[in-house]
Formats: sequence, C-alpha cells, structure tokens
Amino acid sequence: MNTIAAPLLPPSERPDSYLSAGYSVRSWLLTHDHKRIAILFAVSITLLFFVGGTAAALIRIELITPAGDLVSAETYNKLFTMHGVIMVWFFLIPSIPATLGNFLIPLMIGARDLAFPRLNLLSWYLYLAGAVVTIGALLAGGVDTGWTFYTPFSTLFSNTYVIAAVAGVFIVGFSSILTGLNIIVTVHELRAPGMTWFRLPLFVWAIYATSVILVLATPVLAMTLSLMAFERIFRIGIFDPQLGGDPLLFQHLFWFYSHPAVYIMVLPGMGVVSEIITCFARKRIFGYRMMAYAILAIAVIGFLVWGHHMFVSGQSVYAGMVFSVLSYLVAIPSAIKVFNWTATLYKGSIHFEAPMLYTLGFVGLFMLGGLTGLFLAALALDVHLTDTYFVIAHFHYIMVGGTVLAYLGGIHYWWPKITGRLYSDAWARFAAILIFAGFNLTFFPQYLLGVAGMPRRYHEYAPEFQVLHVLSSAGASVLALGFLLPPVYLLWSLRRGEHATANPWNASGLEWRTSSPPPQENFKEIPVVTGPPYDYSPQEGDSMFGQEARELGASASRS
Amino acid sequence: MSGIAEQFEDVRQQEQSAHLGMWVFLATEVLFFGVLFFVYSVMRARYPADFAAASRHTDVAVGTINTAILLTSSFTVALAVRASQMQAVRLTRRWLWVTAALGAVFLALKGYEYYKDYSEHLIPAFRFSFEAAHARGAEVFFALYFATTGLHAVHLCIGIAVVLLIARNAARNEHAVEVGGLYWHFVDIVWIFLYPLLYLVSRA
Repeated sequence: MNTIAAPLLPPSERPDSYLSAGYSVRSWLLTHDHKRIAILFAVSITLLFFVGGTAAALIRIELITPAGDLVSAETYNKLFTMHGVIMVWFFLIPSIPATLGNFLIPLMIGARDLAFPRLNLLSWYLYLAGAVVTIGALLAGGVDTGWTFYTPFSTLFSNTYVIAAVAGVFIVGFSSILTGLNIIVTVHELRAPGMTWFRLPLFVWAIYATSVILVLATPVLAMTLSLMAFERIFRIGIFDPQLGGDPLLFQHLFWFYSHPAVYIMVLPGMGVVSEIITCFARKRIFGYRMMAYAILAIAVIGFLVWGHHMFVSGQSVYAGMVFSVLSYLVAIPSAIKVFNWTATLYKGSIHFEAPMLYTLGFVGLFMLGGLTGLFLAALALDVHLTDTYFVIAHFHYIMVGGTVLAYLGGIHYWWPKITGRLYSDAWARFAAILIFAGFNLTFFPQYLLGVAGMPRRYHEYAPEFQVLHVLSSAGASVLALGFLLPPVYLLWSLRRGEHATANPWNASGLEWRTSSPPPQENFKEIPVVTGPPYDYSPQEGDSMFGQEARELGASASRS
Repeated sequence: MSGIAEQFEDVRQQEQSAHLGMWVFLATEVLFFGVLFFVYSVMRARYPADFAAASRHTDVAVGTINTAILLTSSFTVALAVRASQMQAVRLTRRWLWVTAALGAVFLALKGYEYYKDYSEHLIPAFRFSFEAAHARGAEVFFALYFATTGLHAVHLCIGIAVVLLIARNAARNEHAVEVGGLYWHFVDIVWIFLYPLLYLVSRA
C-alpha cells in the first residue's frame, strides 16, 4: 500500500478546508473549530515537550560522571521537578486527548464539532494560563519538591516557588476537566446516525474512558494541592505531622489522582495503536468487543490501585496486600490488549510505514513497561525497588515508550488528514527507528541500575554505577536527535510535501471519508454508518463502509 | 427557543447535550468537594473531642435558618422549572427572582456568621484563640469550616448569577431553566451535608 499523492490541483479546484477558512491570527485565536483548537494544542504541547526535554537533557549530562560537577544539588532537584511537572501535566496528559482526540473524535463519530466549542477554546486558554504560571515559577527560581509535591517537604521545608507551581497545575487541571467533559458529552450525544456504541472505533472508546477519568480524578488533585497550599501559607496542620496533620493523607489523595492519571496518559495511546495496527495489518482488529471492555476495565480498576505507590510509606500492610492484588488485576485487561494486537497481526498483510513502526515499538515497550510494573506491584520485591532507577525505567517505558511513541505514531498516521500533505516516509521511518533504539539505550540500563540499588533523584552516585549511567546518557542523546527530526521533516512537508488524497492509507473510519484536510463543517453531508469499524480485508478494498464493502469482504474471503 | 448551534443536528440533541454536560460537571464537583469531606472525616476521627468542642462555637440558630432558606430556594427553583414547562414565562421569572433572593439572604446571614467568628477569634492562623485543651483540632475544624462554607458560598454566588441571567435572557427556554436548576439543587445538597457535619457534631 503506497501513499499515492493526489495530483496538484490549482487552488480554485481544491476543496474548501478548515485551514483556508481564515488566515488571520484572530481567526486562529478565537476559533471555535475543534480542528484548529487541536492544532493550537499541538503547537503548545510540542513547545512544552522541548522545555521538559531540555531539563531531562541537563539531568542526563550531569549523570555522566559520579560527581556533581555540572549543576549543584539544588539545581538538580529543580531540574527533575521541572522535567516531571512539565512532562506530566503539560505534555503527557493533554497530549493525545487534546490534540488527536480533539481533532478526530468529531470526525470519527460523524459530527460537525464537539458539543461545546467555546468551552473547548476556553480549555486551551486555561492550558496556556497554567503553562505561563508554572513556567514563570520555574524560571523565577524553580521548585525542588519533585513532581509529587510530597508533604511535609513541600509545606514546611522547601524554600522554592511551590505555590506558584501548584497554582499552574491547578489551572491546567481545569483545562483537562473541560476537555474531558466536552468529549464525554460529544460521544454520548453527537454520534452520526447508525454509529452505535459498538461501532465506535477503539480510539473513541479510549478517549472516552480517558475523559471519564479526567473528569473524576482531576478535581481531587486540584483540591488536594489547594489544601497543601493552604497548609503552606497558613500553617494549619492537615498534612504536616508537626502541626498535627497526616502526611499519608496527602499521599493517598495525591495518588488517588495520579495513579488514574497514568491511565489518562496511556489509554489514548492504546486507542491510537488499535487504529494503526489494524490499518497496517489490513485486518479487522481481533476481539473488538473485548478491546472495548478492556479499556473500560482499565479505567475502572485504575481508580482502585493508588496504594501501590505507598507500600513503604507506613500504610497498613493489609491495605498494601489489597492494593497489590488489585494492581495485578490491571494486568489482565492490559494483557488482553497486547494479545489482541498480536492476534491482529497474525496472518495479516503487514506494512511497515512509519506509523506502524511507532506502533510496533509501542506494543513491545508497553509490554516491557507493564511487566516490570508487576515487579513493583509485588509487596516484598517493591521494598527493594522503591525509589530506585527501576521505577524510573518502568514508568518511562510506559510514558515514553508507550504514550510518546503512540502520540508520534498518531501524528504520522493522521498527518495527511490534518494538514493535507504527505511527509517523507523514509525520514519518518529513520526517526522511528532512531527513537526506538535511543529509548532502549537510555532506559534499559536504568532497570539494571535500579536492581543494583541506584536510588532515584540523586545527583551524585557511587562510581560502580557509572558505566550504566554513561550508556543511559548516550542513549538519551540518540533519543534527543530522534525527537528533533519529526518537527523538521513534518514542517518541511507543510510547504514541500505532496498533497494527500482523502484516504492515503486506504484506511477505514469516517475521518478518511472526508477530504484532506477536512472542510470546516467536517462533512458535506453527515454520513450514515451501516457496519462495524475496521472492515479491512487483505484485498485492500476501497470503500470499507456499508453493505457493498461487507459483500466485497465476504466474496473476497470465499474466494 | 433559542437557535440551534451549528454542531447540533436538531434541538433535541442540543438540549440533551446541555443536560448531560451539566451532569458531568456536577460529577466533577462532587469529587472536588469530596476531598474536603474526606479530609474532614479523617481529621474528625483524629480529633473527635476537639471537633465537638469547636462545633459548639458555631451558630446553630443561624445555620438552621440558613438550611431552611436553602431548602425553600430549592423548592422555588423547582417551581420555576415547572412554570417554564407550562410556558408561563412571567411566573418562571418570578420564581427565579425569589430563588435568587433567598440565595442572597443566605449569603447575608453567612456573612453575619463570619463576622461573629471573626470577633470571637475563630479564624485559623489569624489571631485564633481557643481553649488550650482543644485548640489544635479546633483550628483544623475551623480551617475546614471556612474552606467548605467559603467554597459553598462561591458556588452560591455563581448560582445566583446564573439564575438571574436565565431569568433575564432565557426564561422562555425550559431546558435552560432546568439545567440552571440542576446546578442550584447541587449547591443546596452540598449544604445539606455541611449543616450536620459543621453545626451538629455534639448537639445530638
């Protein structure tokens, strides 16, 4: 399946697109079009990604030698806090839902926009305000608490800009809530005729489940951080034991949000991967219903496992046992997903374009990240591994190996739809391989470091760890190069890329049935859906929807 | 009826979206307040005697009157919804105004209570003074008292603004009145939990 470019049309014959609906700054900053807002989000989170990435780069440079010779211990603390805060709240959480989700949900369900377009724009402004406040705090002097803001350090000891940073996170939280609310209502109410729940693409299922988590978990974080700020300002003992508070209370509330937040970050990635893998294997997804149920199961069980972050905190051992068992339970729906992706590949007609490379990378890295998560969910083993580089490696396999790869895969997959242009597949494949290699070289040594006992958040370390740290830093430079490539060739494609057809991948799904880029109202006529999603056949039939396609598929399978 | 926004196919879809949007928003709100109720439970289990002592310093008479006022306002907003369903626009407006007025009375009484708390040095971290034996837990109690009732008052202010806006612009639109009413009921329900937790700890 080659990406066949449409012949260059003179401007008068090109279909009206949302991009040509206005060229002024105002037409972007005051837009109500979900597609434009998605692009506003994409640009902002990309900038923040590179800010957070710069902090990571400085951390890895510092760790090349055992001595603390590049930055002071205080600066080091501020760097990893900055890296964590920005990457979690300003990149990972909004990454797929606010960009690809925003752009694609209405297209995939056959709607003209999200249910509340103005709320959608407000969500972006809140994101921007939160980013300005947080970055202001980080530039003014930084924060040294780590992204977890644990009390009593954050309320009693830290002399840094904790309250400003927390205020930024509070604001961006409301951006997430509004995006989630908008998507929930849109999926419930705005589906095209015939688009029943079990005809929804799995990407929609994933973003829907993510939105439910966003709406239910984020307010808990917002209120918890407010209480923490109150304690810091007014010295009232809620979390600080010295004032009569309970520090575990903070941890419980924090992780009640922050563990589900892990699923906010990875579920959308699973949705993207499900779309890409079926398209590039030219096969219907294996076990569609189980995939949908698994998404919901992960979202629900994800709310019940927060205590596994607190095995060594002094919480009750019995609570620890329950949390451990529940954490193991999450592995079941997660494994269902991995098995079903694998089964989708089985006897598929697999194509290795760039989006598929990212996707295959996701499946492998997610599996490794998930399995090492089971190590950490085991009560006894966790005592040894807590606060070591093993934990760092584990969650980077999920967050970077999982979410970032899926995000990049999704951007590459839908780029022709979003921009109407084709990028250089050779460069994109090269970047995908570079990122995969650089990622593994960066983070696999960290598993070994963790097992050997290297603690996280240390800016100096024992000399015997140096070899692995140097490997990790070398990998990080490869990874950094890999991350710098896509912006270059993708932006290049905006001017020089060939024009894309409506459906360059020969994919199923409503978003491919409108022009690339789509018109402002998404569809000239709202489509009517008559069949299940992913009606792929190895024959590469053209129209995958409706009665014709199914007959075509049936006759193909008979022959 | 107001017009249909371009993202909707018909009026029904637009109304259902507004309803569901409000319900989802209220779900967020429940979790938002939920943290405060949870912290309250943990702290009350930690300082049972202090909480009881502190609770005796709240003004139960004003609290009870305010509870009655808010419950009545929920009744009047329900009457407004009913009136708008009957297409009785003037009646709808009238009941919405009464609702907003009751909300304002609640806030005035709450302000009077805050003033009393201030003069009795019950504001945490601000010249707070309390009998030494119960001071620590009582300060936490009053911190939560101000956090919860303060947040509730902010919500009520928004509620009054919403109700007045609907009375002015959308009293004809029964769905707007209903969605606004949903929010009003939520603010009321929060108070129904706050009242026994703050005023009635040791007065059973």
